[in-house]
Amino acid sequence: MAEQQNNVTAGYVKPAPEARGKKASIKKKKDSLVKTVFMGSIIPVLLIIIWEILCRAGVVPSNQLPAPSTIVEKIISMAQDGSLWGHVWITTYRVLVGFVIGTVAAIVLGSFVGFYKKAEQLFDPMIQAFRSIPSLAWVPLFILWLGIGETSKVTMIAVGVFFPVYLNIVSGILGVDRKLIEVGKMYGLNTLQLVKRIILPASLPSFLVGMRSGLGLGWMFVVAAELMGASQGLGFLLVFGQNMSSPETILASIILFAIIGKITDWILKLVEDRSLHWQDRLEK
Amino acid sequence: MSLALRDVSRTFNGTTAVQNVNLEVKPGEIIGLLGTSGCGKSTLLRAISGLDPEYDGEIEINGTVSKEIHDTTGFIFQEPRLLPWLSVLDNVTFGLTGSRKDKENRAIEYLESVGLRGKEKLYPRELSGGMAQRVAIARALVTSPEILLLDEPFSALDAFTKMQLQDLLLDVWKKYQSTIVLVTHDIDEATYLCDRVVILRGQPGEVEKEITIEQERPRDRGSEELAHLKSEILESLDLNKQ
Repeated sequence: MAEQQNNVTAGYVKPAPEARGKKASIKKKKDSLVKTVFMGSIIPVLLIIIWEILCRAGVVPSNQLPAPSTIVEKIISMAQDGSLWGHVWITTYRVLVGFVIGTVAAIVLGSFVGFYKKAEQLFDPMIQAFRSIPSLAWVPLFILWLGIGETSKVTMIAVGVFFPVYLNIVSGILGVDRKLIEVGKMYGLNTLQLVKRIILPASLPSFLVGMRSGLGLGWMFVVAAELMGASQGLGFLLVFGQNMSSPETILASIILFAIIGKITDWILKLVEDRSLHWQDRLEK
Repeated sequence: MSLALRDVSRTFNGTTAVQNVNLEVKPGEIIGLLGTSGCGKSTLLRAISGLDPEYDGEIEINGTVSKEIHDTTGFIFQEPRLLPWLSVLDNVTFGLTGSRKDKENRAIEYLESVGLRGKEKLYPRELSGGMAQRVAIARALVTSPEILLLDEPFSALDAFTKMQLQDLLLDVWKKYQSTIVLVTHDIDEATYLCDRVVILRGQPGEVEKEITIEQERPRDRGSEELAHLKSEILESLDLNKQ
């Protein structure tokens, strides 16, 4: 609300988007996208070229650090013999299942704790205590309980995803502006309607932030889970590359992690932009 | 709709903010609650609205005494308090029930009366302070409240927008004949708009004086009578340095 008041002197802050013509705005968007991609790739491309030159010139031994071209060849050959897709799929699958389970658990518990004082007093101290345990410390216990199969891996990822989502939901709900809730009350909304029409939309931004950091942690934990014992997956490729002393396999796996992780984060970012277009944010 | 306050007091953790307020408001009357800051004007308004049920005494709205929020009261806050995730149109239809089409038609009608036709699709972040406050006014009026409570509704606006919106309020009042209780610290606003000005003073705040303004509307903002009234009010607030 404060932002709105600051706009007093500005008069009309923004012309209606229709006024500028849709075509022009789409073209402008495209241009700026091209520019962003270009600006963002200058330094990585330069670094890769230098790396390639150093490798070809024999400055770094290729059995320690293979050239970028070797890594790309490795990825292509794995794609051709089909093993790549299996690894990528199983890793993504583990992350997604763990992510969904962790998020759902966080939504249920988080909304409970956010809405009810009693639930907060009952659950929150315990959850906070659990949070201070580094999640990787659970690994041996999960393996002991759940075996080395999919269940223990997915559980670990879910635990990793749970905490950031939970914390953000709770703080989102607790941080809803009292003034907006009063508006709802003035219109005679009951508690359920208040939740649906004011509290949920108002805490959505913080929920989405939690989802994104949860997803990041999900990717971190899948590596840990696959390192501890897997026969397939990108994490397995890391161990495999180490055992076969083939750095190109390790690097290929790392790069694939980067790509898929980025894609999933980008999807969430799209969801965020779509559902939060109303936010008054700094535009550089 | 009539409104009556009987011996209304409000105490926050042992400190009394406002005490023993008695007030009878006739249907269609515009009452101004005027006073320096901290004398309990807004506290009183929140008690009338039902947002704050922790007061002592009785508040009777149209013959019934209750501490609940009445669905026939509308409240315009000091800030617009628009829901930022809803467009202007959805903000105005927020308190309405019924079919979507009906709600929207009604909302558009009120947006027109506050001069915001064609801005339905904008979001609150795209509005200036004055426009946002006008949306808030439309949102409060669209439910046709019989009692309209205003808590320094124009205090954050520049002088010109303020005058414009005061006139708008009078137009609306003429059209719908709502009973209006206006909290303000702006003496010119009170003398321009109100039938009766209730002056609160002191800590805890008490009713110091009631001034009835008989002048016909539209009033001339620069008239001598209003200037006299102003100095009378200043005197009763002990603010007139001569």
